[in-house]
Amino acid sequence: MSRPEDILPPDLFYNDTESRKYTTSSRIQTIQSSMTHRALSLLSLTSPSLILDIGCGSGLSGEILSASASEGTPGGPHVWIGFDISSSMLGIALEKEVEGDLFLADAGQGVPFRAGTFDAAISISAIQWLCNAETSEESPAGRLSRFFNGLYASLRRGGRAVCQFYPKNDVQKKMISAAAIKAGFGAGLLEDDEGTKNAKTYLVLTVGGGDVRG
Amino acid sequence: MKLLTLNFLTCAIKTCKSSPLSFPLHPREVELEILETDYNAVFLRNILPRLEWEALRVLAGELGLPSLPESSPDVSSLSTSSEEDDSETPTQVAQDLHRLLLETCIKEGKLVCGCCGHEYAVKEGVANFLLPGHLV
Ligand SMILES: [Zn+2]
Repeated sequence: MSRPEDILPPDLFYNDTESRKYTTSSRIQTIQSSMTHRALSLLSLTSPSLILDIGCGSGLSGEILSASASEGTPGGPHVWIGFDISSSMLGIALEKEVEGDLFLADAGQGVPFRAGTFDAAISISAIQWLCNAETSEESPAGRLSRFFNGLYASLRRGGRAVCQFYPKNDVQKKMISAAAIKAGFGAGLLEDDEGTKNAKTYLVLTVGGGDVRG
Repeated sequence: MKLLTLNFLTCAIKTCKSSPLSFPLHPREVELEILETDYNAVFLRNILPRLEWEALRVLAGELGLPSLPESSPDVSSLSTSSEEDDSETPTQVAQDLHRLLLETCIKEGKLVCGCCGHEYAVKEGVANFLLPGHLV
């Protein structure tokens, strides 16, 4: 299978047809939902929080963030803000009337929120796209650095981010982790089903200076 | 976009990052809508100390909404608890804040940076923060 990020940039790849295909495939929905739950368990949230969803797409993860603790979302319901570069994906999120605020934005351009805004951040199957640089003005390193620096600043001290992504190879995995560490994060890579074709990679990021959460 | 979000959002342009004028963004020609959502006492308590109250006051003024008190209400003013059944009832202050921050939304319009003048369009509640490459 060819990797979508090798074919086109995400705003072009996830056009209306691809977006709908992605969102209506029940197999993708199930995988997406289980990865969101896994990421949430790694965030260890215990009360309703303000969360940034990077690459929120059609809001599959967001619907889980908006659910209550009794519906299976730890600490929920959370309030979330979602970024996506694909207006087709956001269009589907609008049709579903998701509760989060949606931004047409490219995380590789930065995270335009004041310092300490978010309790946590989550990203499902998105940040490998940051390694694409489409123009001569852009480099993967520059995009990764703007994203992780912006994310680091926008999180509260003691906050966490969990990014599930599909690394193309070990070089890309290391490049992404190194960019996060350079931005100031404590970083760890977690692999579920390692070595199988269902392998899932989670980048778990912590912001130091942990305050005690009330 | 909830007014809550506007209390955290800054201009995305690199050269504005260090300027205090890049926050808050200023709404222009906006159409507001109310989207009701469940009252969430714990979230409100969580977020209240993180608000930039002065920016919220400015925003309410710019949108022609009722003016807010000079200083942020205290977390303790959000609920009254009943000793009989240990329940909590949101106060009027809490209900007003919930309505303002979480239910009052910008549906259409633009957000303007006070530093560089860049205008971010909001359509169907979605803000467009994609920048041309030379501004990143
Ligand atoms: Zn600006």
